[in-house]
Amino acid sequence: MSEASTGHPTVWRPPKLVENPVLRYGLLAGALAYLAWSLGTLEIDWARVSVGLPRAQNMFERMIPPDFSRWELLVRGVTESVLIAFAASFAGMILAVPLGLAAAVNLAPRPVYLFARLLVILSRTFHEIIWAIFFVKIVGFGALAGVLTLVVASTSFISKMLAEDVENMNAGQAEAVRATGASFPKLLIYGVVPQILPRYLGVSIYRLDANIRHSTVVGIVGAGGIGQVLAASFSRYDYDFSLAILLVIIGLVFLGEIFSNWIRKRLR
Amino acid sequence: MTVDQHKSRYPEVWRRFGPRETLIRYAWYLGIVFIAAASLSTLDITWVYLLDAHVQAYDLLERMVPPDWSYFDVVVGAMIETVHIATLGTVATLLIAFPVAFLAARNTTFNWFTWAVGRFILVASRSINTVVWALIFVAIFGPGPVAGIWAIAARSIGFMGKLTAEAIEEIDEGTVEAIEATGASRLQVLWIGILPQVLPVIYGTTVYRWDINIRESTVLGFVGAGGIGILLYSSINQFIWQQVSVMLIAIFGVVVVSELVSAMVRKKIT
Amino acid sequence: MLEISDLVKTYPNGLRALHGVNLAVDSPVVVAVIGSSGAGKSTLIRCINRLVPPTSGKVVLNGTDITALGRAGLRKARRRMGMIFQEYNLVERLTVMENVLSGRLGYVGFWRAYRRQFSPEDVAAAFELLDRVGLSGREDARADALSGGQRQRVGIARALMQRPELLLVDEPTASLDPKTARQIMRLIVELAHERGTPALVNIHDVALAQGFADRIVGLSDGRKVFDGTPAELTPDALTEIYGEEDWSSTIRRTEDDEEEAPPSARHDGAQAIAPETAAG
Ligand SMILES: Nc1ncnc2c1ncn2[C@@H]1O[C@H](COP(=O)(O)OP(=O)(O)O)[C@@H](O)[C@H]1O
Ligand SMILES: [Mg+2]
Repeated sequence: MSEASTGHPTVWRPPKLVENPVLRYGLLAGALAYLAWSLGTLEIDWARVSVGLPRAQNMFERMIPPDFSRWELLVRGVTESVLIAFAASFAGMILAVPLGLAAAVNLAPRPVYLFARLLVILSRTFHEIIWAIFFVKIVGFGALAGVLTLVVASTSFISKMLAEDVENMNAGQAEAVRATGASFPKLLIYGVVPQILPRYLGVSIYRLDANIRHSTVVGIVGAGGIGQVLAASFSRYDYDFSLAILLVIIGLVFLGEIFSNWIRKRLR
Repeated sequence: MTVDQHKSRYPEVWRRFGPRETLIRYAWYLGIVFIAAASLSTLDITWVYLLDAHVQAYDLLERMVPPDWSYFDVVVGAMIETVHIATLGTVATLLIAFPVAFLAARNTTFNWFTWAVGRFILVASRSINTVVWALIFVAIFGPGPVAGIWAIAARSIGFMGKLTAEAIEEIDEGTVEAIEATGASRLQVLWIGILPQVLPVIYGTTVYRWDINIRESTVLGFVGAGGIGILLYSSINQFIWQQVSVMLIAIFGVVVVSELVSAMVRKKIT
Repeated sequence: MLEISDLVKTYPNGLRALHGVNLAVDSPVVVAVIGSSGAGKSTLIRCINRLVPPTSGKVVLNGTDITALGRAGLRKARRRMGMIFQEYNLVERLTVMENVLSGRLGYVGFWRAYRRQFSPEDVAAAFELLDRVGLSGREDARADALSGGQRQRVGIARALMQRPELLLVDEPTASLDPKTARQIMRLIVELAHERGTPALVNIHDVALAQGFADRIVGLSDGRKVFDGTPAELTPDALTEIYGEEDWSSTIRRTEDDEEEAPPSARHDGAQAIAPETAAG
């Protein structure tokens, strides 16, 4: 051993994430095995995949230049998406207040809390598109299904955040209000609301921004907005129009993000 | 009582907001309500459909029970494929997102042009929904899980790349300078000075994104990109609701479990 | 006035914080409750307005059995007890005035509370209290813009805004520097005497308790082990409350460095009760 001569080790290796070598190599082997297994089980049509590169090239050639000639359709779709986002954000913001309070363990009675949590978990578990397709089945094709979908998504998102904030609020401030003999509603407006209002508004604005992003996609299953136009253009191989739509969506999302960041900064 | 004695000495009116502030506040309320109402009325909505919506919804629920458990075997295979798509897509993201983040971080990029390219990739990736990416990749690779994996990766690059780039921009410059001072090459600086500092962020966001991706991969099949979505879409379109309910239960189980796993792993590594 | 009998509190985790405490306060005096940390001082005070539900025993305030009240009755009873906290517990994002007026929340309707429309008498009383605690002109400051001492003054004003029949004060000075602590303690005692409101003050600073209280109650391990005048608080009594220690330097140290006016010489000429006559 070389360290015997000086008393200091001469080899140093950076610390590993997993210190135990058996576990480390075990994890690596496991990862490789997983890779082999998953690639083996997936039913992949390699012949179709192998022509992907030329196809992609062909697709890009047909995409460029983007075709803005049907801009009326484009504007109508984008407007519809934005309107869906606005309407759904507002409804979600309102509905999230009772649900969020009910889902806070420190405010709500046990059964109410459990029920509210269940609602939040249920609506968050299923992707917007799944909700959209159900709403299309229930109220038919069009913007209404899109609004309802995003109302569900916004409500569960905002109420989850709201519940977390209520649970993390300063209990002493609320307790002091309770000690004055205030009833529960007054406790809310004096002891709870002032503590959570700024973040609630911030989350709501963020959700508006997220809804703009999501409203571009619910149309793919027929729930209105620009997504419907996009899906149609893809199915007709109108790739130059598709690119035009995609560019507009990128621009729209970008604007939405700037707007939301600007408002949230002003809220502080 | 002392209050009565001094009644004239102290003001009897106090307003939290002045008239101007009050006006502005109500203007905000009114404006928001107006925008929401205007949005709803401008949208082309057939409100009568909403009237019997609860009947329709109840009808749908009724048709879903009892779930057709004989279909469960089929669902298991499809759910495994769904998880594979999410996992492989996340792995692919990991390989691509780090170099892009390196370009998009101000302190590690080469010049303004590479920075702009990095930023654009991140913005474009995040602006386009996974399902839209799936549309594109289905057109390229044909229907199936390969398109799904790339769709997941294409959307996740923006998410992970942005967070990683932010982490790179916040690293401790002292460490990096110290390593640069030893005459290390750029790659060595990256490997020894920067990577260890951002690794925890990368691990955390990867696991977090994986959990989101599980949810996303459940609907990729709606546009043909593999996973449970294919079966779900076809059962819904054929009105076989008892199969639909089995799939919804399976999705619920998998998503909840993946969320728990992700939360557990993140707690462990941070 | 206040009568506590056989008060027992067992927390859900099985810990018994109070083992049958008896205490009667029958004149408007300031009672200091001393005891080491964990002795059950906060539990005792919180059982009185039922922020912590007592396990058994009785609390009677001016004829009302508080332990027997339903929800609405409890809210009404809480209006009659003002509470002051160690951490001030002001609603940080509200203004000073809103915090003070929140002492009247039990008396106004929901919409008036929501729109901050309190009666002219309440508003005038709030301005007067702010003046009295030395914060006139600060009514529109946000609570989180104040120093610790100022926040506690707002806390005092909020409690007194209730025109309480009893003040419950939990370690009012523990988060303050020594000088501010003395000022705050003096303010509480003065106001309690001015308004003829009995006060139960938890405090772990023996010197402060002796300097300001009319009567001292010692708690140890959830039991009352001392009840008497400040003068009766001998080293033996302190040993009983806190355990073995050299107490000679603690007792009555306050008298030597009393640099401000003693509590009996106060303005406004309210009904003062000398510690000697009120004790016991
Ligand atoms: N919410 C609670 N749950 C369980 N035990 C508690 C709780 N609050 C206080 N205790 C315990 O009760 C005892 C008395 O506490 P407390 O009344 O706060 O004492 P003091 O105010 O004299 O420091 C302590 O042992 C404390 O740990
Ligand atoms: Mg205490």
